[in-house]
Amino acid sequence: MLKLENLTKTYPTGDQALRNVNLEVPAGQVLALIGPSGAGKSTLIRCINRLVEPTAGKVWLGDVELTSLGSGALRRERRRMGMIFQEYALVERLTVMENVLSGRLGYVGFWRSFLRRFPQEDIDEAFRLLDRVGLLDMADKRADELSGGQRQRVGICRALIQDPALLLVDEPTASLDPKTSRQIMRLICELCAERGLAAIINIHDVALAQMFVQRVIGLRFGVIEFDGAPEQLTPDVLTAIYGEEDWEQTIREVDDDDAQDTETGGAAQ
Amino acid sequence: MAIISLPDGHRTWRRFTPRAQILRWFGYLIGVAVFVWCWNRISEATTWFFVWDAPRIAGDILTRATPPRWSYMEKLWWPIWDTINIATLGTIAALVMAVPVAFMAARNTTPQISVSPVVIRMIPPFLRPVLMTSTGQDSYTIGPIRPIALLIIVSTRSINSLIWALLLIAIIGPGVFAGIVAIAIRSIGFCAKLLYEAIEEIDHGQVEAVTATGGSRWQVMAYGIVPQIMPAFAGIAVFRWDINIRESTVLGLVGAGGIGLQLSSSLNVLAWPQVSLILLVILLAVVISEWVSAKVRGAII
Amino acid sequence: MMAAGGDLDLLIGTRWKKPPFIRRAWLRWLLILGTGAYLVAAVASVEVNWARVYEGLERGAAFVAAFGDPDFTSRWQDIRDGMLESVIMTIASTVAGILISIPIGLGAARNIAPLPVYLVCRGIIAISRALQEIIVAILLVAIFGFGPLAGFLTLSFATIGFLSKLLAEDIESMDRVQAEAIRATGASWLQWVNYGVQPQVMPRLVGLSMYRLDINFRESAILGLVGAGGIGATLNTAFDRYEFDTAAAILILIIGTVMALEYISGIIRAKVQ
Repeated sequence: MLKLENLTKTYPTGDQALRNVNLEVPAGQVLALIGPSGAGKSTLIRCINRLVEPTAGKVWLGDVELTSLGSGALRRERRRMGMIFQEYALVERLTVMENVLSGRLGYVGFWRSFLRRFPQEDIDEAFRLLDRVGLLDMADKRADELSGGQRQRVGICRALIQDPALLLVDEPTASLDPKTSRQIMRLICELCAERGLAAIINIHDVALAQMFVQRVIGLRFGVIEFDGAPEQLTPDVLTAIYGEEDWEQTIREVDDDDAQDTETGGAAQ
Repeated sequence: MAIISLPDGHRTWRRFTPRAQILRWFGYLIGVAVFVWCWNRISEATTWFFVWDAPRIAGDILTRATPPRWSYMEKLWWPIWDTINIATLGTIAALVMAVPVAFMAARNTTPQISVSPVVIRMIPPFLRPVLMTSTGQDSYTIGPIRPIALLIIVSTRSINSLIWALLLIAIIGPGVFAGIVAIAIRSIGFCAKLLYEAIEEIDHGQVEAVTATGGSRWQVMAYGIVPQIMPAFAGIAVFRWDINIRESTVLGLVGAGGIGLQLSSSLNVLAWPQVSLILLVILLAVVISEWVSAKVRGAII
Repeated sequence: MMAAGGDLDLLIGTRWKKPPFIRRAWLRWLLILGTGAYLVAAVASVEVNWARVYEGLERGAAFVAAFGDPDFTSRWQDIRDGMLESVIMTIASTVAGILISIPIGLGAARNIAPLPVYLVCRGIIAISRALQEIIVAILLVAIFGFGPLAGFLTLSFATIGFLSKLLAEDIESMDRVQAEAIRATGASWLQWVNYGVQPQVMPRLVGLSMYRLDINFRESAILGLVGAGGIGATLNTAFDRYEFDTAAAILILIIGTVMALEYISGIIRAKVQ
């Protein structure tokens, strides 16, 4: 469904953020992208929807090659890729509803969006999504009145209302407390399963990643160091990705967490 | 700061090294010399006889100016209305023109082209801050239109509204309209400067998020940028309106309409009781507009 | 819309409208209609002689063209003298203004000054800020006669209002802990100001002084209109005689000087911070 061929990004300063990355993601697969800061995780997902222009290589979304598209065609393809951000990136001064509806911008014309006259189906879908994440009551609140976890839920609704085939998720839990982090991760993964979406989730919390995803990619210095199931992440592998450290703690912690974790995520508190 | 070894072998502490101290004194000396020279030039151009006589003249004017001629008020209502209109319409016109200028001046919204570092090196160093829009690791970009926008800002800002009024009167004749245009032109640079600084400070993440949904350039503007700068825009508008009320009260001195016209004609015939009344009205207008602008800004923020 | 219920089935199919900025409908409409009515009345009351404006467009074009070919030479003597006088007034008044602003600024800061001093200083600031330069200049010319002395006094007076107010606000918002630490050493009032207050407000004071120098130069360009010295008189004459090329030359000099001042003040501000 998504295929990266020799994707390379070199910044003008000479920094090579990505070197010949090859990756194939089948439809419906949720994968985690782990790696140390500066490994190129963020650049990788931004090169897919071309928020960052790749220097070389190809990105295939289904049958469409993205790197050669003109701006109009690129916008149409961006509709099929929902993005979720680390700092939520909601438009703070707009209402929750406007933030969710902004996911439909690629589908409606400028004046319609400017006058906030979205089609009724879009509005209904926005209500359904807000209900699904437990924020229906908040529709008319301004985004900056919400807590971190609530904002990220709005961010998820904004990505889903695009009706995407793929979710690009950039450090969704980096600004959240551990409990909320887990709820958000679970929500993302549940929604992907419900809707058959593929997702690439950048995440630095290895334990959290292992808990929820089917596949893990380890990135270091812009090169894929590891590609396999979460169970295959051994201390040796983590050392290869992150460098020398005592990894036993991290891995055992995962098992403990799984045993203790009985909360049902998704709905709002 | 310096630790200094004295001849007798002790060490002591001084705030500045001897060299720095000499330079500082030299700097002060030059400063004082420049000021004294300036003062001498002013003094040469002054008729000191009048200055010694000043207290008497001031007292004389004060006696003549009091009490203000209250009955003259009926002739002032219309000029007051004109003054408010000059300020308000001028501010609105300025804002309309300042918005595109600000978007062209802000590094993150001005149309830009990517260039290689080689081209950057060809630009003279003093022009780089004006032309370059990003030096970040992402790419080297320059904004070719940005210098034009900055030139509009600096030239409209550096010239006082009274001079703009003089110029416009020479071109389109005296009257309220010249005043409105003068205020509008003078305010473009001021508003555009503050607005473009606000645009440069927006959170890029929100813009990126709207871009990622597949929104067009204009939609990104309307959803990602405009909501973020709205409070700044409203604040700037009210702030400038307040300043413009002040400025429009004196535009009449050169013939551009408003209450300044009455001030000018009263001064010409040395009608001091009218002058004092007009000054009171202007003072009141300034105080009220400052109060209104503070209230409105408080409500926005 | 009514999101309060929170019942999804009720909401599906209903229209959604952005909640209005002003919630009370009557107030919203009153403001909208009031603003509209004012604007219509205001625009209607402006008399524009379009024929005159149309005629003027030609002169306007001539003026714009004059910027391409400014005439520095034919009135060079006047321009030079006027510019020099403007610069002299600017420098002298900025220096004098700063020197007087410092004690007044200290006096107008509630956390340092006793109440009577505070009230007097605030009063001076209020008067200075309320009166515009050009009006002060008119009065001072009437009192002291024509010439740069009136301009110098006008600009100094305006500088005091501007700098003292900002200095006082700066002092009021300074870090109390640092100042208290100095006081705790047993320092006298002057020592306390020197060691506890001055280092905190100095960089901003330097920046503001540079900014005021810039403003004073711009203002000095208009004082000549009322006989208070500077380039304004020359400029006024040039406009009166429709000598747009000379006027353009003067305006270019003013803009150039302001740009140079902004450039220098940028460097100085970067140095002191």
